Amino acid sequence: MREYPYAMTYRNDPYDPKQVALLDPAALAAAVADAEQAFAAATDPDALTALRPAHLGDRAPVSLARREIGALPPAAKSDAGKRVNEARRAIETTYAARAETLEREHAERVLVAERVDVTLPYDRQPRGARHPLSTLIEQVSDLFVGMGYEVAEGPEVELEWVNFDALNIPADHPARGLMDTFYIDPADRSGLVLRTHTSNVQTRTMLSRKPPIYVICPGRVYRTDEVDATHSPVFHQAEGLVVDKGITMAHLRGTLDHFAKAIFGPDAKTRWRPHYFPFTEPSAEFDVWFPEHRDGPQWVEWGGCGMVNPRVLRACGIDPEVYSGFAFGMGIDRTLMVRHGVSDIRHLFEGDVRFSRALGTGA
Amino acid sequence: MRVSVSWLREYVDLPADLSTDDLAQALVGLGIEVDSVTDLRENVTGSLVVGEVLEIEELTGFKKPIRFVRVDVGAANGTGEPQEIVCGARNFAPGDRVVVILPGGVLPGGFAIGARKTYGRNSNGMICSVRELGLGDDHEGILVLPEESPAKPGDDARPVVGLDEVVLELEITPDRGYGLSLRGLARELSHAFGVPFRDPGLAPAPGGTPEPAYPVEVRDTVGCDRFAARMVRGVDPTAPTPGWMQRRLTTAGIRSISLPVDITNYVMLELGQPMHAFDAGRIAGPLVVRRAAAGEKLTTLDGVERVLAAEDMVICDAGLPNPVAGEGAGVPISLAAVMGGETSEVVAGTTDVLFEAAHWDPVMVGRTARRHKLFSEAAKRWERGVDPALPLVALERAVRLLTEYGGGTAGDEILDLDHVSPRTPITLPADLPTRRIGVDYPPARVVALLEQMGCAVAQGADRLAEDPGAVGVAASAGVSLSVTPPSWRPDLVDPADLVEEVVRLDGYDKVPSVLPVAPAGRGLTWQQRRRRTIAQALADRGYVEVLAHPFVSPELPDLLGLPADDPRRPAVRLANPLSDEEPMLRTTLLGPLLGVLKRNLGRGHRDLALYEIGSVFHPRPGAGSPPAMGVDRRPTDAEFAAADAVVPEQPRHVAAVLVGEIELAGWWGAGRAAGWADAIEAGRTVLAAAGIPVDRVEVRAAEYAPWHPGRCAELLVDGVVVGHAGELHPTVVAALELPRRASAMELNLDLLPAAPMLAAPAVSGFPPALIDVALVVDDSVPAALVQRALVEGAGELLEDVRLFDVYTSEQLGAGRTSLAYKLTFRASDRTLTVEEAVAARDAAVAVAAERFGATLRGA
Repeated sequence: MREYPYAMTYRNDPYDPKQVALLDPAALAAAVADAEQAFAAATDPDALTALRPAHLGDRAPVSLARREIGALPPAAKSDAGKRVNEARRAIETTYAARAETLEREHAERVLVAERVDVTLPYDRQPRGARHPLSTLIEQVSDLFVGMGYEVAEGPEVELEWVNFDALNIPADHPARGLMDTFYIDPADRSGLVLRTHTSNVQTRTMLSRKPPIYVICPGRVYRTDEVDATHSPVFHQAEGLVVDKGITMAHLRGTLDHFAKAIFGPDAKTRWRPHYFPFTEPSAEFDVWFPEHRDGPQWVEWGGCGMVNPRVLRACGIDPEVYSGFAFGMGIDRTLMVRHGVSDIRHLFEGDVRFSRALGTGA
Repeated sequence: MRVSVSWLREYVDLPADLSTDDLAQALVGLGIEVDSVTDLRENVTGSLVVGEVLEIEELTGFKKPIRFVRVDVGAANGTGEPQEIVCGARNFAPGDRVVVILPGGVLPGGFAIGARKTYGRNSNGMICSVRELGLGDDHEGILVLPEESPAKPGDDARPVVGLDEVVLELEITPDRGYGLSLRGLARELSHAFGVPFRDPGLAPAPGGTPEPAYPVEVRDTVGCDRFAARMVRGVDPTAPTPGWMQRRLTTAGIRSISLPVDITNYVMLELGQPMHAFDAGRIAGPLVVRRAAAGEKLTTLDGVERVLAAEDMVICDAGLPNPVAGEGAGVPISLAAVMGGETSEVVAGTTDVLFEAAHWDPVMVGRTARRHKLFSEAAKRWERGVDPALPLVALERAVRLLTEYGGGTAGDEILDLDHVSPRTPITLPADLPTRRIGVDYPPARVVALLEQMGCAVAQGADRLAEDPGAVGVAASAGVSLSVTPPSWRPDLVDPADLVEEVVRLDGYDKVPSVLPVAPAGRGLTWQQRRRRTIAQALADRGYVEVLAHPFVSPELPDLLGLPADDPRRPAVRLANPLSDEEPMLRTTLLGPLLGVLKRNLGRGHRDLALYEIGSVFHPRPGAGSPPAMGVDRRPTDAEFAAADAVVPEQPRHVAAVLVGEIELAGWWGAGRAAGWADAIEAGRTVLAAAGIPVDRVEVRAAEYAPWHPGRCAELLVDGVVVGHAGELHPTVVAALELPRRASAMELNLDLLPAAPMLAAPAVSGFPPALIDVALVVDDSVPAALVQRALVEGAGELLEDVRLFDVYTSEQLGAGRTSLAYKLTFRASDRTLTVEEAVAARDAAVAVAAERFGATLRGA
């Protein structure tokens, strides 16, 4: 910064011509030029702020010049005032412009300086997950709830009467032998089994309420199968039951087709094979066409279905002369395995966190 | 059931060019599951020829006797010279004809045959056993062709041994016993292809004669409603079973035993009528058919001595004294319908054969088979239903076969004790199939289909209960059919059974697809929604859901350190567990869940947070047997309630377990070990997700296994304990070999009340006044109670209170703790003055001081 030659070293005498020299247009122009040069040299907002007193402060040339106006003859005052004001405004404007530039540049520098690596992982809390069987059960439930069904549930340790007898599977019927049943000790007296299917919920539903009945019964079931890649003593089923006036097998097909498309995609369809189940007559097993099967499009065995046997309706207090119904059931585990290409059912029950984390997030 | 297609063709005119795929498809369409279709022609490749054994050289000096054999294979080997083969079997002699596979051939299972040096000789091919050819299980020696076989050395052996067959392996559902016979299968296929069928079950047979073939007394006509028998005397005991019959039995998986026994099995396969052949010379007196006396014994053909139950039916030799069962009761010589006995079976020297063909009660047979674990081919058929009209036809067939191939003279007397009741017709509204299926079946179509499968159908007659249906009653309403099912279909009892026959024969693929319209639903129940919310909340908190098997060891309560009177000790026990180690059902989710935790640890995972939502099982104390209930009507509410009272209590629980770090170390800094506080927070998370307001939840210290007594909390809702959480007891951690500080939470969801309808809070826009207070209290005072005192003392200006620091130091003094709280005050209608806020704070502190002697730190 250059020294000003006009430092206020003298008494402020209105008649001192030396003082008046500050109002000289050339001097003012020099002050403006000095300021512009100084501001331009400042490289950050703080340096600029530090220059302000020298160019715009009380002792700055333009401020001192203003004081000298009073010493002028009245006729010269107006002219001189205008000159001083213009000079000051010019310096102010330059300052403001420079300040804005420096602030902006500073802000830009800060943003650059504060940059981080956004690709850093933030796995601070390990990820949780639902079990894929749970989410599939919820998907199935929601589908049927959307059709007006209710989700019915029942006990896993169940009366033999509910699990078998009421479903037209009397004690000595070979069909009972088809389901390898866990009996509750003492087997000859307890009258209890681990339910072999969720049909026990159908029994209980029909016992406890009047038609029309539209329910979906998902849940855990048990059979005495040794564990291997395709068998587990514990698995899951979803069964549907409809009892209403005028229900036909065509309604069953319509429901299964809708179900298949929801689970296996819009191009899925079902196919029936006649079969035998004690609790339905007529009965069928049904396959589903799954276009996205990992081994290529194919038919996959999916479940069993049929028209509720009138004997079952009668045992549950529903008049088969008035009402008819259909029932169907399928393995949730098997559905999950087919849909997602799970090769070993043990993955579903071993509880390895990698399995649930991989499959248990979507719905 | 394994049968060859060529055998089926004897009864049904299947299209000559029928592909195996189409055949299998047709069977599936009929409801007969096809396990496999094996074209035996494709099973063996290369030269499989008949050979005649010329010379046998016994090789010695090896671990087992070995033969070096020269076999005449005609011109099949290209040279006409004898083929030299090393063979380990010994059941053949020079002059026998055998089956030889020449080098280059491949046996079933991809077993390639070459020329190789073995036992010091060059062996060029192999002499085959039944099993090696894939014809059956027999591997006791090589297959020696029957003497009467016309095959010459060098002939293709495939047709000779039945390797030119297509074999079906079929699964027959338990309702259709007739499907376990050629007769039944051929009938079904005739329906599928619309081709002629010759029913061997309707072949002519002479009726019973006044003179019995053998004296027989049936004492229980419920267990045995028909008993027929015929005698053939003077049979050549050395007569072999013809090769074609042997092959068919082998295909079906039945071993050839002797001509009379093979004939009974052959007739069973052909007609579906199980039979028995007695050696008449080994029966002392008349036969008595009766229930066994409990404790009577019988050694069955499989060599097992069986102790009989009072319900078993037996055929007895009344010529033998029986002190147990009484005068004239005789000694059991056959476990009726299931398996014959050793003492009366046909043996090597048998010349007089008594054939028996009876009709037994299927329920009795099923129980007997299960009781003695004897699921013979006969029992399998009885259980599924056998045509009661068959005995005389079967006897005629058996007698003719035996006299043809074994000589002897058939007796003129035919015994037929027939107590079979005639079938009652089923009344079928002609429109019922239409109403049940949703396909329009005109009455004429219904009648045609039912008649096709053997029913006698009459129109109208006495119409019983009319099924009014409701919707879409077809035009044919009112016509009623009286349908008598054929004798071979005992499974057809109800109108619904006939409906199934109609849709099955018409084709399931013709049933249209129509979505029913359900009445407006009510959505999920609040309990169901709550379970989802809880599950999601825990997953969002980093917990991984697992579904463990509920089977646990009886030692688990000890491992968990449960006290002797703990209600989690009594457990439901399985009568037939898969593993004797784990016969109990869980009473707490923690056992199986900790098992899953350990499996994960074993697989190298270290930081784990797992949860499960599932049922636990508590037996009803003193639960007896449920009352017997029939199925002909609905049980009364009282009956069902009495039965239901036996069913174990099965509350749904949620549990979580934690080990390792719940927050991992990383570039952000250190990790944080999971511990008791996280477990308790998991419990609070569950309660919050369940919609239980915080002010109804209480957490307090508890001593409860398997938790650390100083680090266990019980969680209460409305003063009711709903579960526990905290760090596991070090002893339990050690016993289960878990990482230190493993923590857990378990709540009984069934104890949680429904979430209340909440009132909306007043959300004030005025500024808050924040005041911190540090209270010094005795360290035995639970922080939760101090906080409650502050809340109660502060009054309604207090918006929030948060404990932000817990501090102990020497300056505070031993046993003293400083609890620092941030209090947020706010009014709904004004900006609080400093004086108001301070006054509220002082009121809060005053209550804490009064209750717990709390002093302001620094005051």
